[in-house]
Amino acid sequence: MTLIKHELKQGGLSLLIWTLSIAFLMLVCIMLYPEMKSDMDEVSDLFASMGSFTAAFGMDQVSFGTLEGFYAVECGNILGLGGAFFAAFCGTSMLSKEEKEHTAEFLLTHPVSRARIAADKLAALLLQIVILNAVNLVVSMAAVAWIGEGMMGKELLLLHLAYFLLQVELAGICFGISAFLRRGSMGIGLGTAAILYFLNLIANISDQAEFLKYITPFGYAEGTDIVADAGLDGGLVALGMTFGILGIAAAFRQYCRKDIK
Amino acid sequence: MKTAQNNREAVRKDGSAADAIRTKNLTRSYGKARGIIDLNLSVKEGEFFGFIGPNGAGKSTTIRTLLGLIRPTSGSAEIFGKDIVKEKNAVLKETGYLPSEAVFYQGMKVRDILKLSADLRKKDCSLRAQELCERLELDPSRKVEELSFGNRKKVGIVCALQHDPRLLVLDEPTSGLDPLMQREFFNILKERNREGVTIFLSSHVLSEIQQNCTRTAIVREGRITACDSVEALMKTSAKRVTVHGEIHPEMLSGVRDLKQADHGFSFLYTGDINELIRMLAKCRISDLSVSEPDLEEIFMHYYQDGGEVS
Repeated sequence: MTLIKHELKQGGLSLLIWTLSIAFLMLVCIMLYPEMKSDMDEVSDLFASMGSFTAAFGMDQVSFGTLEGFYAVECGNILGLGGAFFAAFCGTSMLSKEEKEHTAEFLLTHPVSRARIAADKLAALLLQIVILNAVNLVVSMAAVAWIGEGMMGKELLLLHLAYFLLQVELAGICFGISAFLRRGSMGIGLGTAAILYFLNLIANISDQAEFLKYITPFGYAEGTDIVADAGLDGGLVALGMTFGILGIAAAFRQYCRKDIK
Repeated sequence: MKTAQNNREAVRKDGSAADAIRTKNLTRSYGKARGIIDLNLSVKEGEFFGFIGPNGAGKSTTIRTLLGLIRPTSGSAEIFGKDIVKEKNAVLKETGYLPSEAVFYQGMKVRDILKLSADLRKKDCSLRAQELCERLELDPSRKVEELSFGNRKKVGIVCALQHDPRLLVLDEPTSGLDPLMQREFFNILKERNREGVTIFLSSHVLSEIQQNCTRTAIVREGRITACDSVEALMKTSAKRVTVHGEIHPEMLSGVRDLKQADHGFSFLYTGDINELIRMLAKCRISDLSVSEPDLEEIFMHYYQDGGEVS
């Protein structure tokens, strides 16, 4: 408990900035919708006829002219990508920062097992993701209600659930990476998130690359699919969670035997 | 100090002679780079033990292995009879560690660091912490990143001492502390030692070891080259010989650390004393002194000796 509290305090400012930034962008985006809706018919047609670009962002599946479609594409990119960056950044630095900032010697000479430290840090990581998503869910729901364009209940919850799961998977994988790092983690974290994001874009464009959906968590967090199907692809989610758990298992295994320099 | 000695004697006489630290062929290698090789070390409970050697000799590697920061390649070690790998938490519970470079979390106040350390040990150490901060003149309301190197060291000292450990492991503890603070620090250590706390002091400041420790191990290139009481180490056969006059030290065997002085030579002599006298008798000398070398010279002796134990 001590360590979880300590981690939350240490990461508090960063969490606050990420949460508020994402919430602010979501808010702006949602507020823009009523104004854009009137021009949407033309825009929708335009967006629907841009070939692979349309496919890349899933706009062949839903209409950009509806709130659901708009939300799935725009907000999906903000929360999906923003949250993913946060989860990856936070995950990769979680275990490695102690060595990078030379505090490992202090922490690890206390009578707390490595496994316990890893578990507490993992809990702090997941808690931060929960907080970020909870705040964003509340802000988004309030904003959607406020613009009065009709509530989108199930879809909105499903979208947010998918982004949450995506972040959890990514955090798990990056937590695993973190155990192997000694320094410099920010680039690796953000790079991982960016690569997985682009893999999904490629998977959307090319049929031959569709297998990439099984690799990247953005595959099951594709907003337009979720809105069109009114559900998540259980298989992809299960696979993604497996990757996340493997990352966490690797983290524990490595961290418990790691030599601290 | 007397009580401390009595305590130690008592421990030895009753035969239990409990080991605070015991290593058995402890080895840690870093590929080609030196680590420690077949380290056999025994520190009795209640001892003030010095661990001395040049940079890179393996002092820190030994300490970091004992504290579980790195894993031994082979061999084993016990602290208070507990295996350092299998029972690491139990070992760390009884140990206070002062790293050579104390680094703490950015943005935290000294008070918060001390509290965090105590909480991680699930112990309320606030009274001890306050007392130590006062003695070391450390302001607990300061932020750690604003502190000088020496003041950060003090935070490390309080962290190592506040939970009243049975064993104190100190890695070059005095660097950065001013002489007055060093004195106060050693006063605290001596008090603790008198109360029965075992102290393992790693240092390359010889006077520190000479003045405070009862037993000392000299480590060189990952091996222990000598381990004995400070007095016994001082009583090696080596003598510091200073001669004014025209002599021929090259005629002698067992001459080390030969220095050409103003009107003669100064050297450490480990050979037959009769040979020395015979040689001196043949020469014209104006002054002569033969004295016990200080620990520093003994240290140099073991250090340059290629590892043989006299």
